[in-house]
Amino acid sequence: MDVLWLSRLQFAAATFFHFLFVPLTLGLSILIAIMETIYVRTGDEDYKRMAKFWGKLFLINFTIGVVTGITLEFQFGTNWSRYSRYVGDIFGSLLAIEASVAFFLESTFIAVWAFGWNKLSPKAHAVSIWLVAIASNLSAVWILIANAWMQHPVGYVIRNGRAELTDFLAVITQSAAVHQFIHTVSGAYILAGFFVMGVSAYHLLRKQNTVFFTKSFRIALAFALVFAIVEVVQGHANGAKVAAIQPTKLAAMESLWETTKSAPQYLLVIPDEKNERNLLEFGAIPGALSMLAYHDTQATVKGLKDFPKDERPPVTLPFISFRIMVGLGFLFLALTIYGWFKRNNLENNRGFLKVMLFALPLPYIANEAGWMLAEVGRQPWVVYGVMKTSAAVSPISVSQVLPSLAAFILVYSLLGAAAFYLMATHARKGPEPYQVAMQTGGSENA
Amino acid sequence: MLESIWFILWGVLWAVYFMLDGFDLGIGTLMPFLAKTETEKRVMYSAMGPYWDGNEVWLIAAGGVTFAAFPTTYAVMFSGLYSALMLILFALILRGVAIEFRAKMDHPTWKAVWDGCLVAGSFLPALLLGVAFANIFQGIPIDADGIFQGTLFTLLNPYGLFGGVLFVSMFLLHGCLWLIVKTGGTVHEKAAALVNKLWMALAVIAVGFLIATWYATRLYDNYIQNPLMYVVPIVLIPIIVVGALIMVRVYLVKEHWWSAWFASSALIVGVTLFGVAGLYPNLLPSSLNPAFSMTIYNSASSQLTLKIMLGVALTFVPVVIAYQAWVYNFFKDPVTEAEAEEAYY
Repeated sequence: MDVLWLSRLQFAAATFFHFLFVPLTLGLSILIAIMETIYVRTGDEDYKRMAKFWGKLFLINFTIGVVTGITLEFQFGTNWSRYSRYVGDIFGSLLAIEASVAFFLESTFIAVWAFGWNKLSPKAHAVSIWLVAIASNLSAVWILIANAWMQHPVGYVIRNGRAELTDFLAVITQSAAVHQFIHTVSGAYILAGFFVMGVSAYHLLRKQNTVFFTKSFRIALAFALVFAIVEVVQGHANGAKVAAIQPTKLAAMESLWETTKSAPQYLLVIPDEKNERNLLEFGAIPGALSMLAYHDTQATVKGLKDFPKDERPPVTLPFISFRIMVGLGFLFLALTIYGWFKRNNLENNRGFLKVMLFALPLPYIANEAGWMLAEVGRQPWVVYGVMKTSAAVSPISVSQVLPSLAAFILVYSLLGAAAFYLMATHARKGPEPYQVAMQTGGSENA
Repeated sequence: MLESIWFILWGVLWAVYFMLDGFDLGIGTLMPFLAKTETEKRVMYSAMGPYWDGNEVWLIAAGGVTFAAFPTTYAVMFSGLYSALMLILFALILRGVAIEFRAKMDHPTWKAVWDGCLVAGSFLPALLLGVAFANIFQGIPIDADGIFQGTLFTLLNPYGLFGGVLFVSMFLLHGCLWLIVKTGGTVHEKAAALVNKLWMALAVIAVGFLIATWYATRLYDNYIQNPLMYVVPIVLIPIIVVGALIMVRVYLVKEHWWSAWFASSALIVGVTLFGVAGLYPNLLPSSLNPAFSMTIYNSASSQLTLKIMLGVALTFVPVVIAYQAWVYNFFKDPVTEAEAEEAYY
């Protein structure tokens, strides 16, 4: 293993771990804000208890998201210094904007929310969770603009031996960024919805706090349903976008080796990456791939063999990730639609509740699979068409990266275990009894 | 011109980070000395609870601004200081999680583990940030390609370690003062009893550091070589540093605790800016050859990026300062033992 591979492994470990916590922050902050708004509007104390209960889980999750985010920013400097030097003019500024417009806001007002139950009016308190929700989603805007620039660099010129910004507006408004934002946050919102539904299903199956968890479930169901629809519709547009800006990723995720006119989509494909072919292609749907990619069944889709070997991404990983992501996306849509029709009689649909309990981890897998496709499918480029990953790595030694990689794996595993254990414990415990919640006002919802 | 403005902002962001997170790191380091009972520990955790996260974002902002305004320095500095920076980051991770997770389970082992993480996660960053900045003041062995020719142990030279000790002692005093203003009960009393000793230690260390700086670095050259251009820093910054140190003492004697804390803040900002002003126009001097140094000119972003980022900074940083000041004011009442008992931690 050389420094490049160790650094890639380290960055992958750090981002994938970070993104186990980010989607829930993005979505659950909004759900809690909605719950608290309902409380302010109606005065129904159940919704205050809901904000507190889900808020407790939110805070555990939020902590890990925050602390693991810092290492990501600094890793561009520690492990990818040649990248930072080459594209810092554009990429660095996007990260700095993220910090100044979003991180400060979310980190400051999360404390106001967590410690302000007894000090703020209900309305002001609800405003503080809305600020957290807005800020965390705003940080997603900026980080996804930055990632979209790596996927499809625009608004720059190569000058003075580096990429220099020429058109800021083009960078922040390019359609690749808009697509990526909608796609990523929708996935995050689905995850948050399924999280709330899964935990609620656990209690509903045990017939505990049924009113409380039925209300929670139904809010999350509506939320997840909306974004499951958005995701499937927009996911299609996203595929066309990939075809337009990253033909190598399209070919890899479809395992298409030969350039094909009116390319079909197969029900089952087994890629054989080594021999540049597919071991099995079964159940062709004629013209379907051309249709999906270019809205034309007769369109020609370029195969991997027509790209230079050193510009092709790995095939198996993007191929599998893509199928997992899409398959799960449709499953989420089916489950939420089914749930919508059963929404008034959840308690008696024990089969459905059981499914929703066990479905809780699935959006996590879908979210990570999406990133796997986005990032591995972009290889061998770190900035598509501009800079290769192999040229981006720092001039550091294995003796530096190996210990830090080991530390990442060790520390993050322990943190992950602690966080999920705490979340499971508090989720199982359920909300505070009605009277306790009212008496203490939940000073810091202990 | 833009480069120089960004240089100032760069220094100010680091200074503000040290000033704000400094007291958290100091409190964490003081924990084993001041908190014996569970109640005392809870009081100390509660004194940091609403602040540490917002404070830590100043570190992200300082790192982000280094990346945005001086990407080459960002690349050279952070890859060069690889192991030290990784240690700081891991320590800060454990510190943050300790503060948030400790009270989430009522089990003595669980709490003891997080207490340990808090102390290590506070002391190490305080020490290593000092070591790192002293080494930056002194210059680090970077070659013509910006590649660091050394190891973690290169940084642990006497002057670097002196910087570490200085930062630890500044943060200890700062944290101790914060405990005095922000807590009641025995923690308040113990902190008030300790603070004079911490001030004495810091005074000796700070004066020693200023003298060592004369021998170990070229910071003063800047002041001497450019008397006119540096008339402001040369007059103001030493006055701020020495004046703040004295004012802390004056307010301690009068038991004007908040004023003492503000004077301590001015001291931390002054020390940081003293070093940063001495560096100008370098961001990262090379100890091998001055020609290899990272300066604001050879490592800056394009004019367009600097301009856009300046607009962003001048718009949002004041807004951030405004709402953070509001939050500080909102939670300014001291934590009582009764509150800490029933509350989170």
